[in-house]
Amino acid sequence: MLRTNLPHIESQSEHSDLINNNENVMVCCGRMGPMCIPVYEIMEDLQSEYKNVKFADMDFDIPDAKVIRSLPECRTFQGLPFTIYYKNGKVVKATSSIQSLEDVTAILNEHFGK
Amino acid sequence: MDNHFDVIVIGAGAAGLTAGIYLSRAKVNTLILNEGVVGGQMVLTHEIANYPGVENISGYELSRIMKTQAQKFGCTIKSNIKITSLDLTDDLKKITVNNKTTYTAHAVIIATGGRSRMLGAIGEDVFKGKGISYCATCDGDFFQDKEIIVVGGGNSALEEAVSLTKYASKLTIVHQFDHFQALEHYVDEAKKNEKISFIMESKIIEFIGDEKLESVKIQNQATQEITEMKIDGVFIFIGYIPNTELFEGIIELNQWKEIIVDKDMKTNLSGVFAAGDSNQKKYRQVTTAVADGTIAALSASEYVFNKKELSEQALAN
Repeated sequence: MLRTNLPHIESQSEHSDLINNNENVMVCCGRMGPMCIPVYEIMEDLQSEYKNVKFADMDFDIPDAKVIRSLPECRTFQGLPFTIYYKNGKVVKATSSIQSLEDVTAILNEHFGK
Repeated sequence: MDNHFDVIVIGAGAAGLTAGIYLSRAKVNTLILNEGVVGGQMVLTHEIANYPGVENISGYELSRIMKTQAQKFGCTIKSNIKITSLDLTDDLKKITVNNKTTYTAHAVIIATGGRSRMLGAIGEDVFKGKGISYCATCDGDFFQDKEIIVVGGGNSALEEAVSLTKYASKLTIVHQFDHFQALEHYVDEAKKNEKISFIMESKIIEFIGDEKLESVKIQNQATQEITEMKIDGVFIFIGYIPNTELFEGIIELNQWKEIIVDKDMKTNLSGVFAAGDSNQKKYRQVTTAVADGTIAALSASEYVFNKKELSEQALAN
């Protein structure tokens, strides 16, 4: 279980519900590690600013996280966290490793707007 | 005024949070402005085992406790903001964030810390997370039975190189000098590890690959000869640089862009103090940052108290 203030996805069905029932979704899949924590904190801070986006995290090591680990967009990834942006259930962007506030907001603005 | 504080602390790492705790507990109205994540470099440490009074704690947990402690005393913390302008020269210090909100204070403590240094080689940005990593404990398991490079020659580089041999089949340390800066103990541990080999006096100048990293170009610094080496991953540990770009031309910095302070953490500007890893100093530890933050807070507190007393005397006369 990740110790963040974000909603946690704990199963493939929860993941499916989230991305299929919301237009814009950002999911950060990682551990409580140094490269992941900054991304969770950025997401926590952005929740109030991007009301049109659902933010959530997922523990990289639970079996059901294969729904993210096995995404074609992640096949070359070798750094945590894997951060996935979904629009209408489809992946529009995926990043590997730590991201800055500027990196995240640039992607949110490009694909989701405010 | 809602946006006026006694003291503004810039940065929420160990030094900044400590300053926030001390100031707020002393009923000094304090705002912490933080451009990054609360905890700073402390968050990047998986395990802290030498913080006095705490046997073992993650950097993340320690920073959370410090943040809660500061907030309980009344400290206001605003993180993930961008400082867009600042005026530190006048008596009333002004800091504008996100180009829209200006905060004022009698005193400012700069505790902006540092960040990992990047190599600056061609392709480094492209392959971050796709073969290039800056965290062994985070990404080591992606390189099980793979061949990797560790760049650097300090304590972190050699310590992390040894720990990465748990995963890697072969590990090469690439270092720009002909000797290591690390303590002898770390060098000995690396030298006696059979999986580790060394390429000295050399720099990676280019990262090459298609969808992920496949090879690197390495240049020998003595001969300038360039060789290409097939590799699965590269871990970079080449130290930190201070986050002081905002203060260039305003605050006195040394040749490495570190802030110059006196024993009371005073900078060359009246009412401006500095603490932690962004300062000129030899040892950078959580404990030394905490010490700096304490001193800066006490100095700033005294400065603000004297300012207020002078103002009241002037009004009375």
